[in-house]
Amino acid sequence: MGAGLMDGREEHELHKRRKGRNMAVGGVLLAFVVLLFGVTIAKMGDAVIKPDLAWGESQ
Amino acid sequence: MASALTTNMDTPRDAEFGDYYELLKPRVMSLVIFTAFVGLIVAPVGVHPFVGLASILCVAVGAGASAALNMWWDADIDRIMARTQKRPIPSGRVTEGEALSVGVGLSIMSVAMLGLFANWLSAGILAFTIFFYAVIYTMWLKRLTPQNIVIGGAAGAFPPMIGWAIATGSISVESVLMFLIIFMWTPPHFWALAIFRNEDYVNADVPMMPVAAGTASTRRQIWWYTVLLTPIAIAPAFTAIGGAFYLVVSVALSIIFLKSAWVVSRRDDAAAAADKHQAEVKLFKVSLIYLFALFTAILIQSALKTAGYAWALV
Repeated sequence: MGAGLMDGREEHELHKRRKGRNMAVGGVLLAFVVLLFGVTIAKMGDAVIKPDLAWGESQ
Repeated sequence: MASALTTNMDTPRDAEFGDYYELLKPRVMSLVIFTAFVGLIVAPVGVHPFVGLASILCVAVGAGASAALNMWWDADIDRIMARTQKRPIPSGRVTEGEALSVGVGLSIMSVAMLGLFANWLSAGILAFTIFFYAVIYTMWLKRLTPQNIVIGGAAGAFPPMIGWAIATGSISVESVLMFLIIFMWTPPHFWALAIFRNEDYVNADVPMMPVAAGTASTRRQIWWYTVLLTPIAIAPAFTAIGGAFYLVVSVALSIIFLKSAWVVSRRDDAAAAADKHQAEVKLFKVSLIYLFALFTAILIQSALKTAGYAWALV
Protein backbone atom coordinates (compact mmCIF):
# COMPACT_ATOMS: atom_id res chain seq x y z
CA MET A 1 0.00 0.00 0.00
CA GLY A 2 2.70 2.40 1.05
CA ALA A 3 4.92 1.30 -1.81
CA GLY A 4 2.25 2.39 -4.27
CA LEU A 5 2.91 5.99 -3.31
CA MET A 6 6.47 5.81 -4.53
CA ASP A 7 7.65 5.50 -8.06
CA GLY A 8 9.38 2.32 -9.21
CA ARG A 9 12.91 3.67 -8.91
CA GLU A 10 12.57 4.76 -5.28
CA GLU A 11 11.14 1.38 -4.32
CA HIS A 12 14.02 -0.37 -6.03
CA GLU A 13 16.63 1.65 -4.12
CA LEU A 14 14.85 1.12 -0.83
CA HIS A 15 14.80 -2.63 -1.29
CA LYS A 16 18.41 -2.68 -2.43
CA ARG A 17 19.51 -0.81 0.69
CA ARG A 18 17.49 -3.07 2.96
CA LYS A 19 18.85 -6.14 1.23
CA GLY A 20 22.39 -4.92 1.87
CA ARG A 21 21.60 -4.37 5.54
CA ASN A 22 19.93 -7.76 5.90
CA MET A 23 22.87 -9.50 4.25
CA ALA A 24 25.28 -7.77 6.66
CA VAL A 25 23.18 -8.75 9.71
CA GLY A 26 23.06 -12.30 8.34
CA GLY A 27 26.85 -12.26 7.98
CA VAL A 28 27.27 -11.09 11.57
CA LEU A 29 24.94 -13.85 12.83
CA LEU A 30 26.83 -16.46 10.83
CA ALA A 31 30.15 -15.19 12.21
CA PHE A 32 28.66 -15.40 15.72
CA VAL A 33 27.68 -19.05 15.16
CA VAL A 34 31.20 -19.84 13.88
CA LEU A 35 32.67 -18.04 16.91
CA LEU A 36 30.56 -20.05 19.38
CA PHE A 37 31.38 -23.29 17.59
CA GLY A 38 35.12 -22.49 17.56
CA VAL A 39 35.20 -21.53 21.25
CA THR A 40 33.25 -24.68 22.16
CA ILE A 41 35.76 -26.89 20.34
CA ALA A 42 38.71 -24.99 21.86
CA LYS A 43 37.33 -25.16 25.40
CA MET A 44 36.44 -28.85 25.23
CA GLY A 45 40.15 -29.44 24.80
CA ASP A 46 42.06 -32.65 25.35
CA ALA A 47 39.45 -34.48 27.38
CA VAL A 48 37.20 -34.87 24.37
CA ILE A 49 39.75 -34.95 21.58
CA LYS A 50 41.77 -37.71 23.26
CA PRO A 51 39.24 -39.79 25.22
CA ASP A 52 41.42 -42.92 25.08
CA LEU A 53 44.32 -41.15 26.77
CA ALA A 54 42.07 -39.85 29.53
CA TRP A 55 40.71 -43.37 30.05
CA GLY A 56 44.21 -44.86 30.05
CA GLU A 57 45.44 -42.37 32.65
CA SER A 58 42.60 -43.16 34.98
CA GLN A 59 43.44 -46.90 35.01
CA MET B 1 1.94 -3.69 9.59
CA ALA B 2 0.37 -0.27 9.23
CA SER B 3 2.71 1.16 11.86
CA ALA B 4 5.73 -0.33 10.10
CA LEU B 5 4.72 1.35 6.85
CA THR B 6 4.14 4.67 8.60
CA THR B 7 7.55 4.48 10.27
CA ASN B 8 9.27 3.71 7.01
CA MET B 9 7.55 6.58 5.27
CA ASP B 10 8.41 9.01 8.06
CA THR B 11 12.13 8.30 8.07
CA PRO B 12 14.12 9.99 5.30
CA ARG B 13 15.95 6.75 4.57
CA ASP B 14 16.67 3.44 6.27
CA ALA B 15 19.96 3.21 8.11
CA GLU B 16 22.60 1.13 6.43
CA PHE B 17 24.75 -1.39 8.27
CA GLY B 18 27.73 0.98 8.15
CA ASP B 19 25.71 3.61 10.03
CA TYR B 20 25.24 1.25 12.96
CA TYR B 21 28.91 0.31 12.80
CA GLU B 22 29.79 4.00 13.04
CA LEU B 23 27.84 4.17 16.33
CA LEU B 24 30.56 1.98 17.84
CA LYS B 25 33.31 4.61 17.27
CA PRO B 26 35.63 2.24 15.34
CA ARG B 27 38.72 4.44 15.82
CA VAL B 28 38.39 4.42 19.61
CA MET B 29 37.69 0.69 19.40
CA SER B 30 41.06 0.12 17.70
CA LEU B 31 42.90 1.52 20.75
CA VAL B 32 40.77 -0.65 23.04
CA ILE B 33 41.49 -3.78 20.97
CA PHE B 34 45.21 -3.05 20.89
CA THR B 35 45.66 -2.37 24.62
CA ALA B 36 43.46 -5.33 25.61
CA PHE B 37 45.47 -7.52 23.25
CA VAL B 38 48.75 -6.39 24.85
CA GLY B 39 47.36 -7.10 28.34
CA LEU B 40 46.35 -10.58 27.20
CA ILE B 41 49.59 -11.47 25.41
CA VAL B 42 52.04 -10.29 28.09
CA ALA B 43 50.16 -12.06 30.90
CA PRO B 44 52.11 -15.01 32.35
CA VAL B 45 49.29 -17.48 31.63
CA GLY B 46 48.69 -18.84 28.12
CA VAL B 47 45.24 -18.72 26.50
CA HIS B 48 43.99 -20.81 23.58
CA PRO B 49 44.41 -18.49 20.56
CA PHE B 50 40.79 -18.84 19.45
CA VAL B 51 39.43 -18.21 22.94
CA GLY B 52 41.77 -15.20 23.22
CA LEU B 53 40.55 -13.84 19.88
CA ALA B 54 36.90 -14.33 20.80
CA SER B 55 37.46 -12.67 24.19
CA ILE B 56 39.17 -9.62 22.67
CA LEU B 57 36.23 -9.37 20.26
CA CYS B 58 33.89 -9.22 23.27
CA VAL B 59 35.94 -6.38 24.78
CA ALA B 60 35.83 -4.50 21.44
CA VAL B 61 32.06 -4.96 21.13
CA GLY B 62 31.59 -3.88 24.76
CA ALA B 63 33.61 -0.72 24.10
CA GLY B 64 31.55 -0.12 20.94
CA ALA B 65 28.33 -0.59 22.89
CA SER B 66 29.34 2.05 25.44
CA ALA B 67 30.18 4.39 22.53
CA ALA B 68 26.66 3.86 21.10
CA LEU B 69 25.16 4.70 24.51
CA ASN B 70 27.38 7.80 24.63
CA MET B 71 26.10 8.90 21.19
CA TRP B 72 22.49 8.27 22.28
CA TRP B 73 22.83 10.42 25.40
CA ASP B 74 24.95 13.15 23.80
CA ALA B 75 22.93 13.52 20.58
CA ASP B 76 21.84 17.03 21.62
CA ILE B 77 25.37 18.40 22.01
CA ASP B 78 26.72 16.36 19.09
CA ARG B 79 24.37 18.41 16.87
CA ILE B 80 26.06 21.61 18.06
CA MET B 81 29.75 20.66 17.91
CA ALA B 82 31.44 20.77 14.51
CA ARG B 83 33.60 17.74 15.38
CA THR B 84 30.55 15.51 16.02
CA GLN B 85 27.90 16.84 13.63
CA LYS B 86 28.53 14.09 11.10
CA ARG B 87 27.90 11.28 13.61
CA PRO B 88 25.02 8.92 12.72
CA ILE B 89 22.38 10.48 15.01
CA PRO B 90 23.00 14.23 14.36
CA SER B 91 23.19 13.57 10.62
CA GLY B 92 19.81 11.77 10.75
CA ARG B 93 21.01 8.36 9.60
CA VAL B 94 20.18 6.54 12.84
CA THR B 95 17.44 7.39 15.35
CA GLU B 96 18.17 7.88 19.06
CA GLY B 97 16.04 4.85 19.93
CA GLU B 98 18.02 2.64 17.55
CA ALA B 99 21.31 3.78 19.10
CA LEU B 100 19.97 2.99 22.59
CA SER B 101 18.87 -0.48 21.45
CA VAL B 102 22.24 -1.20 19.82
CA GLY B 103 24.08 0.04 22.93
CA VAL B 104 22.04 -1.93 25.48
CA GLY B 105 21.86 -5.08 23.32
CA LEU B 106 25.57 -5.22 22.57
CA SER B 107 26.48 -4.40 26.20
CA ILE B 108 24.55 -7.39 27.52
CA MET B 109 25.81 -9.70 24.77
CA SER B 110 29.47 -8.72 25.12
CA VAL B 111 29.55 -9.11 28.93
CA ALA B 112 27.67 -12.43 28.89
CA MET B 113 29.85 -13.86 26.12
CA LEU B 114 33.10 -12.74 27.78
CA GLY B 115 31.99 -14.42 31.01
CA LEU B 116 31.34 -17.66 29.14
CA PHE B 117 34.44 -17.48 26.90
CA ALA B 118 37.00 -16.42 29.53
CA ASN B 119 36.00 -15.80 33.16
CA TRP B 120 33.59 -13.69 35.19
CA LEU B 121 36.29 -11.37 36.60
CA SER B 122 37.12 -10.06 33.12
CA ALA B 123 33.38 -9.89 32.29
CA GLY B 124 32.78 -7.99 35.52
CA ILE B 125 35.49 -5.43 34.70
CA LEU B 126 34.03 -5.04 31.19
CA ALA B 127 30.53 -4.49 32.64
CA PHE B 128 31.94 -1.91 35.06
CA THR B 129 33.82 -0.20 32.20
CA ILE B 130 30.63 0.12 30.12
CA PHE B 131 28.72 1.42 33.16
CA PHE B 132 31.52 3.83 34.03
CA TYR B 133 31.74 5.29 30.51
CA ALA B 134 28.01 5.44 29.76
CA VAL B 135 26.63 6.43 33.16
CA ILE B 136 29.39 7.91 35.35
CA TYR B 137 31.20 9.79 32.57
CA THR B 138 28.61 10.49 29.83
CA MET B 139 25.46 11.02 31.89
CA TRP B 140 26.93 12.43 35.08
CA LEU B 141 30.41 13.96 34.94
CA LYS B 142 30.78 15.21 31.35
CA ARG B 143 28.39 18.16 31.74
CA LEU B 144 29.00 18.68 35.44
CA THR B 145 32.70 19.19 36.13
CA PRO B 146 35.94 20.13 34.34
CA GLN B 147 37.42 17.03 35.98
CA ASN B 148 35.15 15.00 33.63
CA ILE B 149 37.86 13.39 31.56
CA VAL B 150 40.26 12.99 34.51
CA ILE B 151 37.80 10.64 36.23
CA GLY B 152 36.12 9.42 33.03
CA GLY B 153 39.53 8.45 31.66
CA ALA B 154 39.36 5.36 33.85
CA ALA B 155 36.89 3.85 31.36
CA GLY B 156 39.47 3.95 28.58
CA ALA B 157 42.15 2.59 30.92
CA PHE B 158 40.47 -0.70 31.81
CA PRO B 159 41.00 -2.68 28.53
CA PRO B 160 44.61 -3.87 29.24
CA MET B 161 43.43 -4.88 32.71
CA ILE B 162 40.57 -6.86 31.11
CA GLY B 163 43.06 -8.50 28.70
CA TRP B 164 45.26 -9.50 31.65
CA ALA B 165 42.21 -10.81 33.58
CA ILE B 166 41.10 -12.88 30.55
CA ALA B 167 44.41 -14.76 30.69
CA THR B 168 45.06 -14.93 34.43
CA GLY B 169 41.64 -14.53 36.03
CA SER B 170 43.24 -12.02 38.41
CA ILE B 171 44.48 -8.45 38.88
CA SER B 172 48.16 -7.75 39.53
CA VAL B 173 50.64 -4.89 39.83
CA GLU B 174 51.48 -5.15 36.10
CA SER B 175 47.86 -4.78 34.99
CA VAL B 176 47.29 -1.94 37.45
CA LEU B 177 50.35 -0.12 36.00
CA MET B 178 49.01 -0.53 32.45
CA PHE B 179 45.70 0.90 33.70
CA LEU B 180 47.48 3.84 35.35
CA ILE B 181 49.46 4.65 32.19
CA ILE B 182 46.26 5.22 30.16
CA PHE B 183 44.53 6.90 33.12
CA MET B 184 47.29 9.50 33.55
CA TRP B 185 47.75 9.89 29.78
CA THR B 186 44.10 10.81 29.16
CA PRO B 187 44.07 14.37 30.64
CA PRO B 188 47.04 15.77 28.62
CA HIS B 189 45.74 13.99 25.50
CA PHE B 190 42.18 15.35 25.74
CA TRP B 191 43.09 18.80 27.03
CA ALA B 192 45.38 19.32 24.03
CA LEU B 193 42.31 18.61 21.87
CA ALA B 194 40.07 20.75 24.11
CA ILE B 195 42.38 23.76 23.68
CA PHE B 196 42.28 23.74 19.90
CA ARG B 197 38.59 22.78 19.84
CA ASN B 198 37.67 25.18 22.65
CA GLU B 199 34.98 26.98 20.65
CA ASP B 200 33.08 23.71 20.13
CA TYR B 201 32.90 23.00 23.85
CA VAL B 202 31.92 26.60 24.68
CA ASN B 203 29.05 26.41 22.16
CA ALA B 204 27.88 23.05 23.51
CA ASP B 205 28.21 24.27 27.13
CA VAL B 206 30.45 21.33 28.10
CA PRO B 207 32.68 22.38 31.02
CA MET B 208 35.98 21.10 29.65
CA MET B 209 39.02 22.39 31.54
CA PRO B 210 39.84 25.24 29.08
CA VAL B 211 36.19 26.38 29.22
CA ALA B 212 35.89 26.25 33.02
CA ALA B 213 39.40 27.13 34.25
CA GLY B 214 40.85 28.93 31.24
CA THR B 215 43.56 27.82 28.85
CA ALA B 216 46.47 29.10 31.00
CA SER B 217 45.51 26.78 33.86
CA THR B 218 44.87 23.92 31.41
CA ARG B 219 48.34 24.33 29.90
CA ARG B 220 49.92 24.13 33.35
CA GLN B 221 47.88 21.03 34.21
CA ILE B 222 48.85 19.35 30.92
CA TRP B 223 52.47 19.76 31.96
CA TRP B 224 52.01 18.41 35.50
CA TYR B 225 49.96 15.42 34.40
CA THR B 226 52.67 14.57 31.85
CA VAL B 227 55.31 14.84 34.60
CA LEU B 228 53.26 12.53 36.84
CA LEU B 229 52.75 10.12 33.94
CA THR B 230 56.50 9.71 33.35
CA PRO B 231 57.45 7.52 36.37
CA ILE B 232 54.27 5.47 35.88
CA ALA B 233 55.15 4.87 32.22
CA ILE B 234 58.69 3.78 33.15
CA ALA B 235 57.67 1.67 36.19
CA PRO B 236 56.62 -1.48 34.23
CA ALA B 237 60.31 -1.84 33.24
CA PHE B 238 60.96 -3.07 36.78
CA THR B 239 58.10 -5.59 36.90
CA ALA B 240 57.63 -9.07 35.42
CA ILE B 241 56.52 -7.63 32.05
CA GLY B 242 59.45 -5.19 31.79
CA GLY B 243 63.16 -5.23 31.02
CA ALA B 244 66.04 -3.23 29.57
CA PHE B 245 64.38 -2.79 26.18
CA TYR B 246 61.20 -1.35 27.66
CA LEU B 247 63.22 0.85 30.00
CA VAL B 248 65.12 2.49 27.12
CA VAL B 249 62.03 2.93 24.93
CA SER B 250 59.79 4.28 27.73
CA VAL B 251 62.45 6.83 28.79
CA ALA B 252 62.92 7.99 25.19
CA LEU B 253 59.15 8.27 24.57
CA SER B 254 58.63 10.11 27.85
CA ILE B 255 61.28 12.70 26.90
CA ILE B 256 59.49 13.34 23.58
CA PHE B 257 56.08 13.63 25.28
CA LEU B 258 57.46 15.89 28.04
CA LYS B 259 59.06 18.15 25.43
CA SER B 260 55.78 18.59 23.53
CA ALA B 261 53.85 19.21 26.76
CA TRP B 262 56.47 21.76 27.90
CA VAL B 263 56.12 23.73 24.64
CA VAL B 264 52.33 23.83 25.07
CA SER B 265 52.60 24.83 28.73
CA ARG B 266 54.89 27.80 27.96
CA ARG B 267 52.61 29.35 25.30
CA ASP B 268 49.62 31.64 25.61
CA ASP B 269 46.50 31.89 23.46
CA ALA B 270 47.92 34.70 21.32
CA ALA B 271 50.90 32.56 20.30
CA ALA B 272 48.59 29.58 19.71
CA ALA B 273 46.21 31.61 17.54
CA ALA B 274 49.14 33.01 15.54
CA ASP B 275 50.23 29.58 14.31
CA LYS B 276 46.75 27.96 14.37
CA HIS B 277 47.46 25.81 17.47
CA GLN B 278 50.38 24.02 15.88
CA ALA B 279 51.96 22.99 19.20
CA GLU B 280 48.64 21.78 20.66
CA VAL B 281 47.81 19.74 17.54
CA LYS B 282 51.33 18.32 17.68
CA LEU B 283 50.94 17.37 21.34
CA PHE B 284 47.65 15.63 20.54
CA LYS B 285 49.32 13.60 17.77
CA VAL B 286 52.45 12.90 19.86
CA SER B 287 50.26 11.66 22.71
CA LEU B 288 48.52 9.16 20.41
CA ILE B 289 51.81 7.85 19.02
CA TYR B 290 53.25 7.77 22.56
CA LEU B 291 50.54 5.45 23.86
CA PHE B 292 50.63 3.11 20.87
CA ALA B 293 54.45 3.00 21.00
CA LEU B 294 54.53 2.38 24.76
CA PHE B 295 52.18 -0.61 24.52
CA THR B 296 54.04 -1.87 21.43
CA ALA B 297 57.24 -1.73 23.51
CA ILE B 298 55.59 -3.84 26.24
CA LEU B 299 54.62 -6.34 23.53
CA ILE B 300 58.13 -6.43 22.02
CA GLN B 301 59.71 -6.75 25.46
CA SER B 302 57.53 -9.79 26.11
CA ALA B 303 58.48 -11.31 22.72
CA LEU B 304 62.19 -10.74 23.44
CA LYS B 305 61.91 -12.51 26.79
CA THR B 306 60.04 -15.42 25.22
CA ALA B 307 62.75 -15.65 22.54
CA GLY B 308 65.31 -15.86 25.35
CA TYR B 309 67.35 -12.70 24.83
CA ALA B 310 69.14 -12.25 28.15
CA TRP B 311 69.83 -8.54 27.55
CA ALA B 312 66.13 -7.91 27.43
CA LEU B 313 65.96 -8.70 31.14
CA VAL B 314 66.78 -6.17 33.83
